Amino acid sequence: MSYLEYTVATVPSGARKILYMNWPIVILLVTVACTGFLMLYSVAGGSMQPWAEPQMKRFLLGLLVMFVVAMVPIWFWRNVSALAYLVSLTLLLAVEFFGVTGMGAQRWIDLGFFRLQPSELAKITLVMLLAAYYDWLPVERVSRPLWVLLPITIILVPTAIVLQQPDLGTALLLLAGGGIVMFLAGVSWLYFGAVAAAAGGLVYTVLASRGTPWQLLKDYQFRRIDTFLDPASDPLGSGYHITQSKIALGSGGLTGRGFMQGTQSRLNFLPEKHTDFIFTTLAEEFGFIGSLSLLSLYGLIIVFCITSALAMRDRFSALLTLGVGATLFLYFAINMSMVMGLAPVVGVPLPLVSYGGSAMLVLMAAFGLVQSAHVHRPRGR
Amino acid sequence: MKRNFADSALSARRINRRALILGGAQAALMAGLGFRMRHMQVDQAEEFRLLAEENRINMRLIAPARGLIFDRNGVVVAENAQNYRIVIVREDAGDVDEVVDRLRRLVHLDEAELERSLREMHRRSPFVPVTLADRLSWEDIAEVAVNTPALPGVTTEVGQSRHYPMSEDFSHVVGYVGPVSDYDLSRVEDPDPLLQIPKFQIGKTGVENKLEHLLRGKAGSRRIEVNAAGRVMRELERHDGTAGADLQLTVDHRLQNFVQARLAGESGAAVVMDVWNGDILAIGSAPGFDPNLFVRGISTTDYSALTENMYRPLANKTVQGTYPPGSTFKLVTAIAALEAGAAGYDSTVWCPGYLNSGGRRFHCWKSGGHGHMNLHDALQQSCDVYFYEVANRCGIDKISEVANRFGLGVRHDLPMSAVAEGLTPTREWKRLRRGEDWMPGDTLNASIGQGFVLASPLQLAVMTARVASGRAVQPRLVKSIGGVETDVVEDGPLAASDAHLQAVRRGMYAVSNTSRGTAYRTRIEVEALRMAGKTGTSQVRNITAAERARGVFRNEDLPWERRDHALFVGYAPYDAPRYAVSVVIEHGGGGSAVAAPVARDVMLAALHDGAVPPLEAYPAAQREEIREQQEALPLRPMSAQEPGRSRA
Repeated sequence: MSYLEYTVATVPSGARKILYMNWPIVILLVTVACTGFLMLYSVAGGSMQPWAEPQMKRFLLGLLVMFVVAMVPIWFWRNVSALAYLVSLTLLLAVEFFGVTGMGAQRWIDLGFFRLQPSELAKITLVMLLAAYYDWLPVERVSRPLWVLLPITIILVPTAIVLQQPDLGTALLLLAGGGIVMFLAGVSWLYFGAVAAAAGGLVYTVLASRGTPWQLLKDYQFRRIDTFLDPASDPLGSGYHITQSKIALGSGGLTGRGFMQGTQSRLNFLPEKHTDFIFTTLAEEFGFIGSLSLLSLYGLIIVFCITSALAMRDRFSALLTLGVGATLFLYFAINMSMVMGLAPVVGVPLPLVSYGGSAMLVLMAAFGLVQSAHVHRPRGR
Repeated sequence: MKRNFADSALSARRINRRALILGGAQAALMAGLGFRMRHMQVDQAEEFRLLAEENRINMRLIAPARGLIFDRNGVVVAENAQNYRIVIVREDAGDVDEVVDRLRRLVHLDEAELERSLREMHRRSPFVPVTLADRLSWEDIAEVAVNTPALPGVTTEVGQSRHYPMSEDFSHVVGYVGPVSDYDLSRVEDPDPLLQIPKFQIGKTGVENKLEHLLRGKAGSRRIEVNAAGRVMRELERHDGTAGADLQLTVDHRLQNFVQARLAGESGAAVVMDVWNGDILAIGSAPGFDPNLFVRGISTTDYSALTENMYRPLANKTVQGTYPPGSTFKLVTAIAALEAGAAGYDSTVWCPGYLNSGGRRFHCWKSGGHGHMNLHDALQQSCDVYFYEVANRCGIDKISEVANRFGLGVRHDLPMSAVAEGLTPTREWKRLRRGEDWMPGDTLNASIGQGFVLASPLQLAVMTARVASGRAVQPRLVKSIGGVETDVVEDGPLAASDAHLQAVRRGMYAVSNTSRGTAYRTRIEVEALRMAGKTGTSQVRNITAAERARGVFRNEDLPWERRDHALFVGYAPYDAPRYAVSVVIEHGGGGSAVAAPVARDVMLAALHDGAVPPLEAYPAAQREEIREQQEALPLRPMSAQEPGRSRA
């Protein structure tokens, strides 16, 4: 069913929309963000500067964005998803020419008051467009090769641009996020089997390309893979980060070393402790109980996304809600795996906790979409 | 766009099914993450906690303060002097070159050392303090301290370094410390971690070396927290360790100074010992050297000056130098002869100036002969023939046994370097060591302290003290350790007849106080302080028959190293003995002319608590000469505050 068939009368309107928002998700988001503020305060050595305060301001802005997006009817967002996708593609191309190079990769556009990372935006617009696509596409055509090829193209275009920035983490997130939406839309298992086989082949090719003139990844990316596979091989080089991160995490024990008592983060043994590795500080200071709690908070957000989606009457809303939830999942699952030494260090932040503007704003906007879908679904009979 | 209802329902069902599959997969992955967390944070928490502690905690040793060494009156002989350093921290200095330039205008900086420091500074982290200059004077440090505002990043630090305020007076007794060498490390089985501290000082010679275990103390430790860059964040724990024990020597620093001054210009040794408890009041070896040179690390020029000096300043002649004791050995021969019944108190021996034995002629020092000699006269005039004769009767093994009983040929356990055992030969010894039979002539040579007999000045002092007290006194150099008095070694009575000892003492009295005595010229005039003694002149070469015929063996005509050693042993006061003294002047010539005056001056100084002796103690005719000599003594000025400067 598409929202075009809604009896608009059963959709909340006006200020009443606020009441119909998915409040559990709002509360969970605020809780997670507050955890983030606490950790940013801690890693700054007990100071609101330089991270905690700006992060709070941005989160408040993010909340505002979420509410605004939530108030706008979901069908409006469906109608602009193609446009949003094109805008983010344009921005992605723009960073190629006007972007600022940071950490060996071109990633953001400096807008003066704000550093925009178009790759973050792309993750959500991609999900939006795919959801709209499948909303439009009759169900019986979903698995037809031609109609599968189109969404694959939609996914691969931004992925390719991001990959040659090069930003491996974001590329993987785009690929996985898009793939998940296709899976949810009901694309046949056969395609996924084929892709998995192709991916295996690709990984092999990429690894085989090392040291040849047509090398597919940059040297530092290969090194990251090496140290992921064997961190001890380079304990003072790039493996240092992984090793120190694991030490911090493990030394937290069951109950942690106490707020602001984490020696690993306080004495700078942890790299990037306010961004990608912030989870280790949390795990060190609040222990297994703390880290499991955060994992549970994220898990609950996913659960509420799924239950919300199950009640949706139209495909756009359902796919969007599930897609956003899946994107959140990919973020924190990859980040946690990374700091626990289960995945290579690919530069994926911990959503809402890591210090960073664009990622949080975009995520809050995405949850605005989830809220909009929740608010604007028909209720009662 | 219109869709039929069935299509919508199918789509919704499919999405829902897929959503649940996805949810299940996500739940599984999250469970995996949760288990991984549990594994790391619960199962492996201990290991990771340990690794985290290793990351952040460093142990640093704290060197304990070395025990001080005092003289018997509590005056410092070896102390820990403040050692001032200038240290710079690059990150605080800003423009290092500019700061160093300013510093250079204030204090003298060694250019080579400076260059090394600057190179080190640029190699290390900017927050690591680097030493720019070491061993600066207090004035220099004050200059730097006043100008601190113009010298960002520059701080002054105080360390400790050994200092010997008495300079060369105690160079052989106390010895010196120096930085640990690889050789030092290889010698110890289980090295004290302290030895690993850069530039840590340990005793190299003398008391510093022998009593290192007492003086060093126990290392303290500091547990510090460091960050990833190695910067010290804070101190977690501190154990100061235990300072080394303070030692008090039996030596009197004033007397020691007098001895060194009196020996100046000669190559020799003098020992003053308490005849009752064995306390060594002075133990001087000349020439001395400045031990402070070694603490700093001696320069090659200074070192070769010491090693190439013919008088061997580095050798401690008091305990490691052994000399033929010459006629001073006659005290031993006399006792041996009395005990063996080879001599009586009044029985005489005819001295024609020589004794024929085994086809060789053994000469008396007096070519004309002494005529009839009894024990008393033989000691008084040091008649060689008398002792040849009685030694011949009692045999070498008896003499050797008595010598050992009187402390010769025995290693006295003093905490000094290379304490020699000397030599008291026996038949057995010669057969084992030389592979030859003992000859009667060997006994004759030994009887007057020539031939194989060797003794150190310390042993001669012990011998004299035992003769004087009749007790088996043991020398003692350390009076107290850490404030606890050390035991006087239990001596017990000497296994010698009092009558025999008394006979020898009377002879010794005659040596110094009767006009025919060999040391009459160097008598002590004060009745209550009369000295009893024995001269000795020991040959370091054989006098050939041709020389004897020519009558040319005037010492002055020979090169220094072939001249006779001059010796004197004695004790005083004769009536109530307090101190024994022994003096050896290497290649000094005659004992009565060279060693006896030194011994008298030293003994008088000892009897006057180390002060320069009053002229009244000397025979009236000699006073003018003595006064001039006393004025020329190179005594170290004693500062008034010194005696009060006891344990800090």
